Amino acid sequence: MMKRFVYINDDSSQNLYCDNRISNRKYTILNFLPKNLWEQFRRFMNQYFLLIACLQLWSLITPVNPASTWGPLIIIFAVSATKEAWDDYNRYLSDKQANEKEVWVVKDGIRKHIKAQDIHVGNIVWLRENDEVPCDLVLIGTSEPQGICYVETAALDGETDLKTRVLPSSCIGLTPEQLHKIKGVIECPNPDKDIRRFDSNMRLFPPFIDNDLCPLTIDNTLLQSCYLRNTEWACGVAVYTGNETKLGMSRGVPEPKLTAVDAMIDKLTGAIFLFQIVVVIVLGFAGNIWKDTEARKQWYAQYPEDGPWYELLVIPLRFELLCSIMIPISLKVSLDLVKSIYAKFIDWDEEMYDHETMTAPHAANTAISEDLGQVEYILTDKTGTLTENKMSFRRCCINGTFYGNESGDALKDVELLNAVINNVPDVIRFLTIMTICNTVVPVRSMSGNILYKAQSQDEDALVNAAARLHMVLISKNGNSLEINFNGKLIHYEILDTLEFTSERKRMSVVVKDSEDGKILLLSKGADEAILPLSYAGQQIRPFVDAVDQYAQLGLRTLCLGWRELKDDEYKDWSQAFKEARSTLVNREWKLDEVCQRLEHDLEVIGVTAVEDQLQDGVPETIETLRKAGINFWMLTGDKQKTAIQIALLCNFISSEPRGQLLFINGKTEDEVLRSLERVLLTMKITSSEPKDLAFVVDGWALEIILKQYRSVFTELAILSRTAICCRVTPSQKAQLVELLKSCDYRTLAIGDGGNDVRMIQNADIGVGISGREGLQAARAADYSIGKFRFLKRLILVHGRYSYNRTAFLSQYSFYKSLLICFIQIFFSFFSGVSGTSLFNSISLMAYNVFYTSVPVLTVVLDKDLTEKTVMQNPQILFYCQAGRLLNPSTFAGWFGRSLYHALVVFLITVHAYADEKSEMEQLSMVALSGCIWLQAFVVTIEMNSFTIFHHLAIWGNLLCFYGLNLMISAIPSAGLYTIMFRLCRQPSYWITLFLITVVGMGPVLALKYFRYTYRSSAINILQQAERSRVATFSIRDLDSQLKSIEKDVGSLASRNKFKSSVYEPLITDSPTATRRAVGPSAFDFLQPAQSRDDQNAGLLEIVCMLTE
Amino acid sequence: MNNSAASTSSGSGDVPAPRRNSNRPKYSRFTQQELPACKPILTPRWVITVFTLIGVIFVPIGVAALMASNKVVEIVYRYDAVCIHGNTKDEKVAYIQNANTSKTCIITLTVPKDMDQPIYVYYQLDNFYQNHRRYVKSRNDAQLKDSDKANDTSGCDPEKTTPDGSPILPCGLIAWSLFNDTYSFSIGNQNLTVNKVGISWKSDRDHKFGDNVFPRNFQNGTMKGGASLNESIPLSQQEDLIVWMRTAALPTFRKPYGKIEQNLRVNETITVIIQNYYNTYSFSGKKKLVLSTSSWLGGKNDFTGIAYLTIGGLCFFLATAFTVVYLVKPRKLGDPSYLSWNRNPSGH
Repeated sequence: MMKRFVYINDDSSQNLYCDNRISNRKYTILNFLPKNLWEQFRRFMNQYFLLIACLQLWSLITPVNPASTWGPLIIIFAVSATKEAWDDYNRYLSDKQANEKEVWVVKDGIRKHIKAQDIHVGNIVWLRENDEVPCDLVLIGTSEPQGICYVETAALDGETDLKTRVLPSSCIGLTPEQLHKIKGVIECPNPDKDIRRFDSNMRLFPPFIDNDLCPLTIDNTLLQSCYLRNTEWACGVAVYTGNETKLGMSRGVPEPKLTAVDAMIDKLTGAIFLFQIVVVIVLGFAGNIWKDTEARKQWYAQYPEDGPWYELLVIPLRFELLCSIMIPISLKVSLDLVKSIYAKFIDWDEEMYDHETMTAPHAANTAISEDLGQVEYILTDKTGTLTENKMSFRRCCINGTFYGNESGDALKDVELLNAVINNVPDVIRFLTIMTICNTVVPVRSMSGNILYKAQSQDEDALVNAAARLHMVLISKNGNSLEINFNGKLIHYEILDTLEFTSERKRMSVVVKDSEDGKILLLSKGADEAILPLSYAGQQIRPFVDAVDQYAQLGLRTLCLGWRELKDDEYKDWSQAFKEARSTLVNREWKLDEVCQRLEHDLEVIGVTAVEDQLQDGVPETIETLRKAGINFWMLTGDKQKTAIQIALLCNFISSEPRGQLLFINGKTEDEVLRSLERVLLTMKITSSEPKDLAFVVDGWALEIILKQYRSVFTELAILSRTAICCRVTPSQKAQLVELLKSCDYRTLAIGDGGNDVRMIQNADIGVGISGREGLQAARAADYSIGKFRFLKRLILVHGRYSYNRTAFLSQYSFYKSLLICFIQIFFSFFSGVSGTSLFNSISLMAYNVFYTSVPVLTVVLDKDLTEKTVMQNPQILFYCQAGRLLNPSTFAGWFGRSLYHALVVFLITVHAYADEKSEMEQLSMVALSGCIWLQAFVVTIEMNSFTIFHHLAIWGNLLCFYGLNLMISAIPSAGLYTIMFRLCRQPSYWITLFLITVVGMGPVLALKYFRYTYRSSAINILQQAERSRVATFSIRDLDSQLKSIEKDVGSLASRNKFKSSVYEPLITDSPTATRRAVGPSAFDFLQPAQSRDDQNAGLLEIVCMLTE
Repeated sequence: MNNSAASTSSGSGDVPAPRRNSNRPKYSRFTQQELPACKPILTPRWVITVFTLIGVIFVPIGVAALMASNKVVEIVYRYDAVCIHGNTKDEKVAYIQNANTSKTCIITLTVPKDMDQPIYVYYQLDNFYQNHRRYVKSRNDAQLKDSDKANDTSGCDPEKTTPDGSPILPCGLIAWSLFNDTYSFSIGNQNLTVNKVGISWKSDRDHKFGDNVFPRNFQNGTMKGGASLNESIPLSQQEDLIVWMRTAALPTFRKPYGKIEQNLRVNETITVIIQNYYNTYSFSGKKKLVLSTSSWLGGKNDFTGIAYLTIGGLCFFLATAFTVVYLVKPRKLGDPSYLSWNRNPSGH
């Protein structure tokens, strides 16, 4: 069944649907343990560790005490289970608070106080001002005589402006007493999560109303978690309750995102796992052979003649356990820990704090910071992201007369002011449309000023501009609207509102002038949505020119039109409109169709031009990130020309001759295909030239392309570093993200509005700008920032550091595990391949969990280059993008290093502690000390900067090692009793360690020095440059000064250039071109290779950490 | 609330109230990742200095270690081959396993240099895997220490109990295979006393092996492994056992047999009467008798000294090589023109 019928105030039908108990809990007390364990064991790593831990319980094969695996395993599980439990408990508390809140509900005709959880579908709920709405209600009564109330929906969609909700027509005028007794039925769809739609009907039972079907829309609802504002009381019928409310349905756990680094670590883990299997099989074989040939002769081992059936498995399984530490159990914990610290660093970053809106950056997703450093494509919204989304009315064209062209501000244009004073009819009409045709709500503030609550910044700008031109919107109460024009009050009755949708691209209102009773249709919308509707014979040429001209200036344009309606015409249409509004199926489409029936033969009266200023630092940010090798795509709903102008202004594309725009357009499939292929060909031909090519595609062509010519477009997408997609819908934005992701690119989507949410959620990284269009995007995003310019810092500083740090941490974790594991393997050749562990259980556990995990955590404070250097040389990001610091070849380096170090430690120990000194505990402690010393120096040599924490962690850890072992050596029952004291007194112990350290680190240092000096990577060069900054600083300073001068000159020039309106093809010598020609912009080796594998191989300056 | 939209309205006198002010990050050098840090970089001078320094330190240590090792006088005599009858392995094994044959074997050693007391007597086994997984775990430490736990033989497989089920003490393969060759030394016809007290670790005698724990049912099984133990002497005084139970990590090892507290002069001839009981023939292990003095570094071991000298030399070599390369082909550190993106091919 697709529908539900809600019987108002009818106790008998209540139990059909769930009550209003909200539950966000994942667990109950009973199912917590099994469910949580099940969730944790879905990870492969955890399964692996559990298997190992279980095998260790078999004493025949375990080389060490099972505690050495069970201990860490239980700790890891306990930590994450505790975290889950704590989160769940908090959810329980907040649910409980919401569930037990007292609300007024009508029961048996009387208002009663009940708990919110006891509300049932069909109950009538009363709310007072500032009450939170407990469940989804259909409004049936308010205190306001016009039948409206105001709600704040911030908790639902993040929009902070007040929204008007209206009574369904059949409920207008009911008294509170009647509302207590009201009966009826609401026919509504089954619960869904669409907070913009509620297509249903209501029929009240007698004696309340003539059996009329009354349509309901989202405007007649009060949704859960909204607040009632500016309204004394309101009451409504519960239609959706509990977890079935719109809010409850839209709650959901988003898919966890996996970073490229994580994927690489998983891949490497898999490789190590395979390696481990091979080692186990080889050693198992060797062990069994040795046992059969040699061990049987060793009478002291007393091998039985025939063992149990599993005898052949025993030795391989022992080796499996011995080698299980190859996959570090601490890796996951360490990674989670450092990742949450990266996220905190983002939250704490003072330099990304937006002082204007007082917003701090926030990392909602703590797990994907490394991906920021590997971004290859940025898909950005335009309005509100690149621009301020702070609209100001700049120019207008009324019936062919341009205003504001000289001063750049129409509000200061004397001619326009005069026209207003002189009551020029067209101008008055123009202002009237600006004032009326919108969804702005005027609210009188305490001080008596009128504030406008607008959902659209454009409308806000228009209404405010009209107010400055003496046409002030005073109040809007339900259907009546009041305007003060030059001190004269004018009343209008709003008959119908034909709402704006992204398909229609226009909105209209039907109003009745209270003075003369004329019915008017007032429309405003995009040029292509209004101009074709003009009456036959109207000259629309001037308007087209005006729109063009404004678009070249990067202004946002709207066309205004109107028409007088005849009474009959309106009546007929109104009937159809009402019907369309009350359909349940395809309502939107039907409404569209009905609206079109009215919106024709308009008299287009003018064009408004609103300026949306670029945000601070946008061109610099884009230029820097482009230098860093990141490709930009602009996805905007705006017009092509506006988009191109904004793109030019913010360095997005360069003008001719450096840049060239390629247009993909066409109305039919053939045209589009031809155009697409032409562009692709051009792109291929010119790809060798140092030219910035960009393609421009509009929503229409894109629709066809995405449906039909996906593969050709993908090819183009790979070639093109810049693209502008205009007139695109939210779902197209998301599709483009998917397309780039499918080509294996790391994508970052940045936007500020609700229309960017899907794109943000689909991208590898979603960044939301906490902007004027509400917090919707910021909430859906992984990172939220206050301004576009912080993106530079987010990527270059936080992303890059995170990547570098994780790359080191993960490889180091494998290195130290492999180191100890190789020693065990070497030892097995000296112990008859029988699977004896050289190290005791405590040492092994402490080595993994403690000695080697603590020092390396200081990597979260490591900085290879200063932030300033990175900002000045954004090209350095290439190392992160191409994954130069963590890939199979760097990993091979670490693998080799661990093999080498294991050889050094083992061979030196075995030779120095031979003969009479070869006692097991001593020898193993010498080898362990060797590992600890080596790892301390490895961390030291790989760190780039040393803070007090580094010294504390590295050298303090070394001291801790001795402290702890001396303590254990003092316990008589311990196996280690007196061992450490003995060793510390032996000169040969210290001499051996010194030897191990130097032999282990000497080649590493020599090789590193050689690479550093003679095969320097760009990072090395910059590190050196930082050191000798005195010399280079002056040059760089000069350079930047030069650039800033040019910029000033350029921006002056650009003003003039725009006036001369040369824009297509872009032959202007715009500021961007000059700057680019001078600035370092050749990406010779930084040109992103087409195939990722190419990038990994073959490049000389690979910064791998190979040692030998 | 509501300020984001309202703040754009014209003519409004309302100043937007600070929002989310508590979100403002607290500034500290840690949170801003600006802790004072030193950033060492690998300058040629620094690296060359380090290598030179290591060389300077290593060579003297190497010389000292080599001298110490050279000062140690060591007599090593492999006796397993001479103290046996039979040519094939089977014959040898049969001979050694025959309880009725005489295992006495007399050898003579010549002192190559003056040896000052104390002179340590070791026996050395080759190809003997005391670290074998099956062997090394076959013991029970609690039983050795605590007389109450005499019956605790867990982990001692397969030498847990005698066939009639009484627990063996000390149980396990290690104790069972206790080395049982004996040596007696004489110079001319004068006996050379070997002090067998104090060859084990004091900590073992005091804390690992109980002074009220006596051997029981030891070597009473069907198969006799190594030495038997005097059941009237507590384990803490059975030093041969204590030494043996300190398992060796490597298949070649020396264990102390005793101390000769008497100086030996050069060219003195020592006669050693060996009771060659211990079977190493079935697995082709070697047995050696070792007499050795000791130095501050322990016994004779040239490895440390040679390694130090080699590494010291290599460090000098590297330092020199780096210096030469640095002088021949100087490279300015941190020259931005090395950056690939500054090498603009189009010549701007």
